[in-house]
Amino acid sequence: MALLDFANPSRFLRFANTTIPWLSGVTLIVFAFGIDQAMIAPDDYQQGATVKIMFLHVPSAWLGMLAWGVMTVAALGTLVWRHPLADVIAKAAAPIGAAFTLLCLVTGSLWGRPEWGTYWVWDARLTSELILFLLYLGVIALWRTVDDPSRAARAAAILTLVGAIDLPIIKFSVEWWNTLHQGTSVFRLGGSKIYPTILIPLFIMAAAFTLLFFTLLFAAARNEILRRRVRTLQLMQASQVT
Amino acid sequence: MGATAHLDFIAAAYAAAVIIVGALLIWITLDYRAQLRTLAELDRQGVTRRSGARRAERTIEQAKAAANAQAKEEA
Repeated sequence: MALLDFANPSRFLRFANTTIPWLSGVTLIVFAFGIDQAMIAPDDYQQGATVKIMFLHVPSAWLGMLAWGVMTVAALGTLVWRHPLADVIAKAAAPIGAAFTLLCLVTGSLWGRPEWGTYWVWDARLTSELILFLLYLGVIALWRTVDDPSRAARAAAILTLVGAIDLPIIKFSVEWWNTLHQGTSVFRLGGSKIYPTILIPLFIMAAAFTLLFFTLLFAAARNEILRRRVRTLQLMQASQVT
Repeated sequence: MGATAHLDFIAAAYAAAVIIVGALLIWITLDYRAQLRTLAELDRQGVTRRSGARRAERTIEQAKAAANAQAKEEA
């Protein structure tokens, strides 16, 4: 079955209804394993036990960016192909991405206090991540402000495409500017700087967060399709009355 | 550096994760139930997508009948 076959709201609903329970189960299992591995991972030789915050902070940062990436692809689907499921996915991903970005900011702040001596500093990485969070709030506000879903989708898609500029800025901010935030340490030329006893639990937690993201995305997209059905039926009901 | 030196920060970070992800889960679950409830309510009132289709079919049939009647009158 081609991937585009799922791009029909009714088919997507059937797919989501079947997939969500299985994905939820797998997510729970991977999370349980990941948290277990994170808790038994050794302390960092410099940071001590606070390295355990990394198992939340890094995956949530990745997922915050992945969600905007998904929204960017969906925005192209909205503007180029005018596909209704693209609107649905974009709208569903926004609050999830915002939540992951907020979690990244909060855990980063709680990690920064013992390591840097401050909760917040206006360095390029932290500021660009905060901008991503504000962009999420902007997209959510647009969806809530514009009453007609197709007009809201187009406006949100344009903001999403413009906001996508922030993704490479976040990624390369630690290389382009002198930042208090540490440089790239996981995916870098010459291999990761992190020792495998900490890196493996990090990857397991990243897998768990990714599974959680897709579970939530499918569930939120299902809600959005149902909301649109409700809207259509309420419009039909209103037209019957008048 | 002791394992318990910054336990409060670690606990706060994990608590924040539980609160934020938990809130997201609860919101999505409640939203799903609300949509299903509204759909069921509309269904009970007889407002379904099929009823819309039936109304459209009736309108087409009425239009055809009117056109036939007009054609007969003209004949």
